[in-house]
Amino acid sequence: MPLDALSDPTYLRSIIRLSLTVSLVAVLVSTVLSLPIAFAVGFADFRGKRFVTAVINTGMGFPSVVVGLLVWYVLSNQGPLGTLNLIYTPEAMIISQCVLAAPVITGVALSAVESVDDAVRDAAYGVGGTRADVALITLKEARYGVITGILAGFGRAISEVGSVLIVGGNIAYADGTSKTRTLTTAIQFEVRKGEFEVALILGAVLLVLVLLVNGVVLRLGGR
Amino acid sequence: MEYRRREVLGASAAGIAAAVGGCLGDSDDDGEGSIAGEELAMATTTSTEATGLLDELNAAFRERFGTRVAANADGTGAAIRSARDGNADVILVHARSQEDEFMREGYGVNRRDLLFNDFVVVGPSDDPAGVGDTEQATAAFEAIADAEATFVSRGDESGTHTKELVIWSEAGLEPGGEWYQELGQGMGETLTNANESGAYTLSDRGTYLSRDDLDLEILLQGPIEGGPELLANPYGIMAVNPEIHDDVNYQLAMAYIGFVTSPEGQAVIEDFTANGEQLFFPEALSEDPDFQQYVPEGWQPDGSEE
Repeated sequence: MPLDALSDPTYLRSIIRLSLTVSLVAVLVSTVLSLPIAFAVGFADFRGKRFVTAVINTGMGFPSVVVGLLVWYVLSNQGPLGTLNLIYTPEAMIISQCVLAAPVITGVALSAVESVDDAVRDAAYGVGGTRADVALITLKEARYGVITGILAGFGRAISEVGSVLIVGGNIAYADGTSKTRTLTTAIQFEVRKGEFEVALILGAVLLVLVLLVNGVVLRLGGR
Repeated sequence: MEYRRREVLGASAAGIAAAVGGCLGDSDDDGEGSIAGEELAMATTTSTEATGLLDELNAAFRERFGTRVAANADGTGAAIRSARDGNADVILVHARSQEDEFMREGYGVNRRDLLFNDFVVVGPSDDPAGVGDTEQATAAFEAIADAEATFVSRGDESGTHTKELVIWSEAGLEPGGEWYQELGQGMGETLTNANESGAYTLSDRGTYLSRDDLDLEILLQGPIEGGPELLANPYGIMAVNPEIHDDVNYQLAMAYIGFVTSPEGQAVIEDFTANGEQLFFPEALSEDPDFQQYVPEGWQPDGSEE
């Protein structure tokens, strides 16, 4: 069979590449969106701040199949963004993973920012720092928490099955390259075929990938 | 029944496919009309994908036309919904009643019979309900219901699920109770579940034969081995109507339909085996063409319906 997951290296490589690309792009986009929000909310004092925080924290637990379903409705050819022809593409998967990862990154980064000791900020102001300086100092203090948030977002994205199955469709071409089949949905496909051993090996590959990415990021983060 | 389609296939040579290929694949002026490099979106069922047949067909199609096929495999119900919404160019499914409705409502055009196999009732080898002694699908289901033996249903509006419901209804039974379990999963997961829990289920022969890890046994066969016609499992292929969804790739869909119903495409189906057995039988070529295949079942030519 052309799509034997383990004997065909192009197939495996293609799935791994798609998994990583989709998750990393989603995390990158989510991070760019999330950190300004986390810092804005973390620094500001305003009415309804607790409500905003509660909304973000709720988003962290959003069920992924529901997100997949909603994104499907928006992107399906009959949906509001149907003309973009995004359904069953990696882009659709990135969008749904952003929806899932962004609240996680925002929530964890926010709590990291808030847990920076007020004394640090006071001291920074005290020695004549501008608002930007203070923000920079806080960012530096909160960086481990922020990195943890980004990693948690990545973990949510790459281990995702429910939503990517709905909006991606688990599509692989006959020549053994993946269009929207990720490691997780490939596992689902192997389970469907009763190939539990192959699924297990794919699961191990996924675990190793997550470990590697975590290791690299933590190293870059200075830990 | 006897299947000597090889002769028909051989005799007809590579006619249709070569002709279509000549028109579309090798057009030399500024690439207009060429389909190479484009991508066909297909909505199909789990059985064609999980057995590996689709990979063979799509690889052959790509070899000839340079066009990739992005196949989204789901139950027949989901595939039809997807095509109805314009998310697919071509649709390959196996539930004639649902296909006819799709055609009658104008969402599909140019339906062709493509291939067939049959459904089999499988269950544990000790066969507590005595299904092996029955000769009709309805009798088999009655036996299961009488014994209240565990039956797992796909419950996902797939072609197999649709057929299962037809059999229950023909048997005059309404399955319920703890012995009847709806899984909402694909054929593969359902077979695994039945295998683990010692349950009966209805499977298409292709998916069952492509598995070599099952203790389940075939207790009642369909027409391929002389069993009841009720267990026949024909697959049809249709293009999505470009008049309704103008962004579907109709040209590509028709090239695909032309290819898989050609001698070349049908030979791929005929030659496809798993664990040494032929899983699917080509049905598009015939010395005695069945024009009825294009017409929705129960259609009245005099327009007496509405």
